[in-house]
Amino acid sequence: MTSTSAALAGPHEHLRAQDRWRAIEVVFWLATLLPFLVTPNYLSLASQVAITALFALSLDLILGYAGIVSLGHAAFFGFGAYAAGILSKHGWGEPLSGLLFAGIAAGLLGYLMSFIIARFRHLALIMITLGFGLLLLEAANSAGWLTGGADGLQGVRMWPLLGMFRFDLYGFTAYWYSLILLFLLFLVSRRLINSPFGLSLRGIRENSTRMRAIGAESRAHIRKIYTISAAMAGIAGGLLTQTTETVSLGVLDFQRSADILVILVLGGAGRLYGGLIGAIIFLVARDQFSGINPQYWYFPIGVLLVVVVLFLPGGILGGLAQITGSERFQRMVRPLMVWRGKSP
Amino acid sequence: MITSVFGVLFDGFAYGMLLFLLSVGLSVTLGMMNFVNLAHCSFGMIGGYVTVTLMNSMGWPFLATLPVAFVVAAITSVLFERTMFRRLYRASDLDQCLLTIGLVFVSVASAAYVYGTIQQPVNLPSYLRGSYTIMGVTLGAYRLFLIAISLVITALLVLSLEYTRFGAQVRAAVDNQRMARGLGINVDGAFAVTFALGSGLAGLGGALAIDIVGLDPSFALAYLVYVLIVVSVGGLGSIGGSFAAATLLGISDMAGKYYFPEIGSFLIYLVMVGLLMWRPAGLFGRRS
Repeated sequence: MTSTSAALAGPHEHLRAQDRWRAIEVVFWLATLLPFLVTPNYLSLASQVAITALFALSLDLILGYAGIVSLGHAAFFGFGAYAAGILSKHGWGEPLSGLLFAGIAAGLLGYLMSFIIARFRHLALIMITLGFGLLLLEAANSAGWLTGGADGLQGVRMWPLLGMFRFDLYGFTAYWYSLILLFLLFLVSRRLINSPFGLSLRGIRENSTRMRAIGAESRAHIRKIYTISAAMAGIAGGLLTQTTETVSLGVLDFQRSADILVILVLGGAGRLYGGLIGAIIFLVARDQFSGINPQYWYFPIGVLLVVVVLFLPGGILGGLAQITGSERFQRMVRPLMVWRGKSP
Repeated sequence: MITSVFGVLFDGFAYGMLLFLLSVGLSVTLGMMNFVNLAHCSFGMIGGYVTVTLMNSMGWPFLATLPVAFVVAAITSVLFERTMFRRLYRASDLDQCLLTIGLVFVSVASAAYVYGTIQQPVNLPSYLRGSYTIMGVTLGAYRLFLIAISLVITALLVLSLEYTRFGAQVRAAVDNQRMARGLGINVDGAFAVTFALGSGLAGLGGALAIDIVGLDPSFALAYLVYVLIVVSVGGLGSIGGSFAAATLLGISDMAGKYYFPEIGSFLIYLVMVGLLMWRPAGLFGRRS
């Protein structure tokens, strides 16, 4: 209803309508506070979820919106994680500036990479992102003097947050710190996506040749969003370092790139909440099944991927949107809408 | 010094032949349908486990298990092709990647469940175990055998692709799929056969690889990267390109591990990214 009337009123009105907060969004963000009250023993898991959600959100910006397939996004996550860790190891353990440093370092790397990324598509792009991720992993493995190599980076010590809040064993500080950052960067992403810039990104995803034909500078757009996404991934990596006070080679692993892709696609790529929902489901499920061998854990994940690709192209959120958008559902909820005075 | 150089060249060449067997099928099918099949090495892994099972549980001789590995991998792959892959030929790269990586995860987990995560043992017959010394260079009998098999297969592939009717159809489909369809070539049928052949070769490669690189459930993921490097560097749909790229990769990987062990695979990835940036369609590819 709103979408058709907005489309008639022009693109700016459409964007403004998209930008309006819906009740379900407010409920979602209030629900993120529940772990403090309901499951205080699981706060460190909750902060892992928040960090992973941020990482997935950063991938969503390039993959879901601009259509850039990346099999090596962990490169930026890991780069940020090592940047934050190395800074702290060398005597500067202040969290906020450390996080800024991680974001800037990963963003710079992303900016350099973006010149390459913007030139390629299809298989060459997949291979270059994959190769770049592996390259960085091998580099970190070889540069043992800087990164600690396969033993991981030892001696990361964080100062209390804002000089007052220590990172405690229960993950209390870690969770609210990660959650606030996730929320802030989510607001930034939301604003970006619901702007004319975000609209042209979607144009590039749908048909980049046509975008160039109508005069949109698609390569410059791709460079911009790739840099932003890399910086966000770096901040997520930095958060992981700071909240766990350790860095291992695992942050750069191919497995991490693949996992984050699975998380995003499971939740629904090209939707702001896709990565967030995916991260919650994936990490909570993994925690529940942590008793079984990690090798077996990939069986249900693989089956899920196949099912999502074959039968549920928009992920979980896409499927839900299909249900709520269908005629039958609309008819079912119309009485409720009338009751709330919202029906036309 | 000189002998060690020859030794590295020989081992590297044998390793390259292995990579060629594993990747040539993917190169041709990717060239035909643009289908990004990341599960290609899973079919290779199937071949490896078939050989191990037949030898260790049923006492088959090693050589007899190789054709079975080929056939089982080919049949399994064509089942997947008919039921799942064909639905995604027109889908995006991302969907193809996700579906096939999902299958990789399933295959890795299933192999771990059935066979455990340990390396599988293989007992080669005595005539493949020894080595010959020619002018101071030690040549492993098994590696000689591997090179011979690969060269024969390469020759067969090139000949059948150049001189048979079926080969001409495949080449036409790789060059221009729509035009080939327009001329009445059954591209889907040709593709299914090529897919089965390519996966069968991967299965054979997986079986032959056991003695050189070992076999455990991570095989499907670990060699995927090498196979993709061969395919993308060699160029899609090019047998000669795959052969050259596989040889290059095998020798440089072996040399890198022998002479500069501290930087590991770093060089390989660097060369690959550099080559792809220079020529996105691969060294011998004609289109991207």
